[in-house]
Amino acid sequence: MSPMRCAALLAGLLIVASAIAGASEDLPREKQRSSYDDMAPATRAMQDADTDNPGMLWVLDGEALWRAKTGSAARACADCHGDAKQSMAGVAARYPAFDAKRGGPVTLEGRINACRVENQNAQTLAYESRELLALSAYLALQSRGKPIAIDEKKLGETIAAGRDIFRQRQGQLNLSCAQCHDQHYGGKLAGNTIPQGHPNGYPLYRLEWQTLGSLQRRLRNCLTGIRAENHAYGSRELIALETYLMWRARGMSMESPAVRP
Amino acid sequence: MARALVNIPPKAKRGEVITIRTLMSHQMETGFRYSTTGAPIPRDIITTFIATYNGEEIFRAELFPAIAANPFITFTTVATESGTIELTWRGDNGFAASEQATITVE
Amino acid sequence: MPSTCKPSNLTSRRDALRLMGAATAGYALTIVRVTPLAATPADMRTAIEKITGGAKVSAGRVHLEIPPLVENGNTVPCAVTVDSPMTAADHVRAIHIVTEKNPQPNVISCRLGPRAGRATVSTRMRLSDTQTVVAIAEMSNGSFWSGSVNIIITLGACLEDLI
Repeated sequence: MSPMRCAALLAGLLIVASAIAGASEDLPREKQRSSYDDMAPATRAMQDADTDNPGMLWVLDGEALWRAKTGSAARACADCHGDAKQSMAGVAARYPAFDAKRGGPVTLEGRINACRVENQNAQTLAYESRELLALSAYLALQSRGKPIAIDEKKLGETIAAGRDIFRQRQGQLNLSCAQCHDQHYGGKLAGNTIPQGHPNGYPLYRLEWQTLGSLQRRLRNCLTGIRAENHAYGSRELIALETYLMWRARGMSMESPAVRP
Repeated sequence: MARALVNIPPKAKRGEVITIRTLMSHQMETGFRYSTTGAPIPRDIITTFIATYNGEEIFRAELFPAIAANPFITFTTVATESGTIELTWRGDNGFAASEQATITVE
Repeated sequence: MPSTCKPSNLTSRRDALRLMGAATAGYALTIVRVTPLAATPADMRTAIEKITGGAKVSAGRVHLEIPPLVENGNTVPCAVTVDSPMTAADHVRAIHIVTEKNPQPNVISCRLGPRAGRATVSTRMRLSDTQTVVAIAEMSNGSFWSGSVNIIITLGACLEDLI
């Protein structure tokens, strides 16, 4: 699709959206709907069978990395945490988590990197690197089927900051996240059904990307879509959005590694 | 890392038709794309996939750039005897990977 | 979309844009229909001739399954099944998939035999545009059979690279 046509479509949506803008409620829990439910049967089948889900290729890498000694400490994740199937069960569903030492939120990727630096004397891994995606996919798999439950008491400020960004009109198209994902989910934007935008399957395999990607990659995608200035991976803004989105999806089942169109 | 995900039933009845499902990590770069600086990105794909059953070829596929990244191929074979099924992927830039699985036929 | 997208409300440029959005949404449905092999353009014909060596290709016996809703042309699941007893005397020797408008017509060429038990293969392919996809089977008696579908590829709005 040409940028012009895409912009025109989004502008069309904007006009409709602006007519009923101003809603300030969070998406009610009883209306939560995973994008899985809007996918074609063939795409759902790809997610359902581990033998068909390309995301499992990263999980296999992650499992190997979990057991590999790394950094100058020559220590593997497994040396401290043991069997991830037990020690990491349900953990990813609670991220971003409140980090007492930093007095703020830490994402799953941030925790992996902090662990590498502090306990393995290893270098941090870049967002979207094969290794970081592999480790986060392996950890997220241990939460598959578990309900999302982040610490809303300790993360209240971050959730509020994320909500503000979510509702802030931005970019050349002057759209907020909420206008599409709170007010127009289920509608159409070109060939796509507008999703509620839940983060319950990350890292996930996107057919468009033909690779696994993080939630922050998707958020950056969205910001590009509305012609907004983007935020860097791991920035306060993306972490706040990620935290708000996980809170907004509270109680939903984790599907990682999910498949999306 | 050439990571593969292969599903071959470990046990089968003699004469049973079994399905073999395979996924191989590979970007399948088409050779038709350009980088952000306008330079053509050279083709880098898996070109050949071969399956053998106790050394005898049972299936072969020639792949082209129109196969999606992380090639997924499924095919069938008759479980004839206990033994080893070996899968081999070969491609551009010397890419080579193989996986083996044993099957018990009763 | 809200119910304001009715032609009767078409009074301004805003409404026209809104209607355009709704019309585009209508194309979101993917339509699959069987088309005769004759409708294919030259380079696909050339690719097919290369496969068959110029032999006649009859329509039938080959079932090309592509889900009716193609959500992204970058990864399109497809399966080919050929009607064949798959015996030593009568089996499928090869299955090919070719496309009409991809930069290169060939997708995959599989060689199989009676040991396959069933003539069924599946993969995931890339389709650059709305087009006809053809599957061709070469039988052990040297005959060629084909099945084809016309696939409509829809375009998403919020793509990462706006090409």
